[in-house]
Amino acid sequence: MNFNELTIKEAHDKLQSGDIFATELSQVCLRRISEVDPQINAFLRVTGEQALAAAEKVDEKIRRGKKIGPLEGIPMALKDNLSAKGVITSSASRTLQNYVPPYDATVVQKLKKAGAIMLGKTNMDEFAMGSSTENSAFQITHNPWNLGCVPGGSSGGSAAAVASDECIYALGSDTGGSVRQPAALCGVVGLKPTYGRVSRYGLHAMASSLDQIGPLAKTVEDCAYVLNIISGHDSRDSTSGTNAVPDYTETLARSLHNLKIGVPQEYAGEGMEEGVAEQIKNAVEQLKELGAKVRKVSLPHTKYALAVYYILMPAEVSANLARFDGIRYGYATEAAKNLEEYYLNSRAESFGPEVRRRIMLGAYVLSAGYYDAYYKKAQQVRTLVINDFKQVFRKVDVLITPVSPTPAFKIGEKASDPLSMYLSDVFTVPVNIAGVPAISIPCGFSRNLPVGLQIIGPWCGEEQVLQVAYQYEQATDWHKKRPNI
Amino acid sequence: MKLTKQQVEYIAHLARLGVSPEEKEKFASELSSILNYVSELNKVDTENVEPTSQVTGFVNVMRKDEVEKFGQEKELIEMAPEHQGGCVKTKVILE
Repeated sequence: MNFNELTIKEAHDKLQSGDIFATELSQVCLRRISEVDPQINAFLRVTGEQALAAAEKVDEKIRRGKKIGPLEGIPMALKDNLSAKGVITSSASRTLQNYVPPYDATVVQKLKKAGAIMLGKTNMDEFAMGSSTENSAFQITHNPWNLGCVPGGSSGGSAAAVASDECIYALGSDTGGSVRQPAALCGVVGLKPTYGRVSRYGLHAMASSLDQIGPLAKTVEDCAYVLNIISGHDSRDSTSGTNAVPDYTETLARSLHNLKIGVPQEYAGEGMEEGVAEQIKNAVEQLKELGAKVRKVSLPHTKYALAVYYILMPAEVSANLARFDGIRYGYATEAAKNLEEYYLNSRAESFGPEVRRRIMLGAYVLSAGYYDAYYKKAQQVRTLVINDFKQVFRKVDVLITPVSPTPAFKIGEKASDPLSMYLSDVFTVPVNIAGVPAISIPCGFSRNLPVGLQIIGPWCGEEQVLQVAYQYEQATDWHKKRPNI
Repeated sequence: MKLTKQQVEYIAHLARLGVSPEEKEKFASELSSILNYVSELNKVDTENVEPTSQVTGFVNVMRKDEVEKFGQEKELIEMAPEHQGGCVKTKVILE
């Protein structure tokens, strides 16, 4: 086995025992990137020199006989909307093409403190707006399972990098499914924690009441290791929760005996590929065999969640992206006679089509005369979607659904029809609307492309979500399948 | 319902976003189809339902009003496309 194919746990054991050096592990990943990334295009930039310098420090520590932490010396990749001090952080937008943040995002600071090795920044849909990573201003990322297909999005670069073993794990961000959907389409594990579990300080804001940072990894256990480090309260993010952070690896081994699983009847139907439905059905059977009690449940407002999302999200986008005025930082137009023209042109020349569409939509639903009809209405229906989850979690411990109605689609297939692209998030969006945690884990294949199983838990129910995911993973070997690249 | 060209122009102005004539047409039809889709929310009875703006349950998260030195003011100013003497430069506002 090549070192770049190791999990966090395996790599940690080999580093601690001296079987491999941290520098060696990073070098192997960097070599893998130079070999396969010309085809995959997962990385926007690779920070090899810094990675090796950081790895050297870990090696020194091990040579001195010191114990290292679970993420120490392990190479990872960051989605390009996570600020890393001194490294261009562009959100795959021309607006921030040359933007070098003077500080680290809290998650980056925490990972650095834990000794993590950053290999580089990964491609994404511009400002995390999209479900295919095709909205990047710079490059198209290819799905490692089929280079003609998209990796999903918006954390498509992070998912493709993990799936092709270019790194051991990666971070992404999830506003409507942007960690889980690419994880599903690339056959890796992706976790969206409870809203507020992980600090968003230093994450380029897209829709602030929905955004959450999460790990993409090769196993459920690895996700738990990363979550242990990145979770917790941060005085710089007033929405971050104050609950204590448990050791998420400790509860993984608990049996599913008598655990109550709900299968929502609304997560099926139109647009759902038969091969996906089949794999989800098999997964439910598998969970029954593991001792879980499965019952049908209903979340009647599910069908409205996507419409709620496409009002609230653009409204928040239009407010958040108002900061890009070309004056304090970012892209600036050459052609402007006065301040107003400067704003209009700087923004018009640097934002891509999807970003402009969402800014327009957001400005419209917030404008005088339409606020009540759209924005307030959506906030009210949001309450009803949340109530559905509250009620169902009185009856069951977790919910099982598909992540996406189809596996990876062809590059270009949905690019010209925004609404059809939006519909690929139909099963992931309700989770963000409610702010609950959910994971995507590999559960089989349809047309030789990976299918993801979504496990949704109640607020702060990461332990249950990870436990069910881990038990399923132990009983199957889908997570061990790797693309031929 | 279809947005008019004038409505598109009005929204673009609110958002301080320059749009070309072809784009006005494109936005009018794309935004209309999305608005048409989201209008299904009108079917939901929301009488006496409180709106949700965030899900943390926190109210007025406060901190002490203490000055913290960032220490990289110079770097921040230098990020500005135009700057002079430690100040950020903008276009004229009053002609």
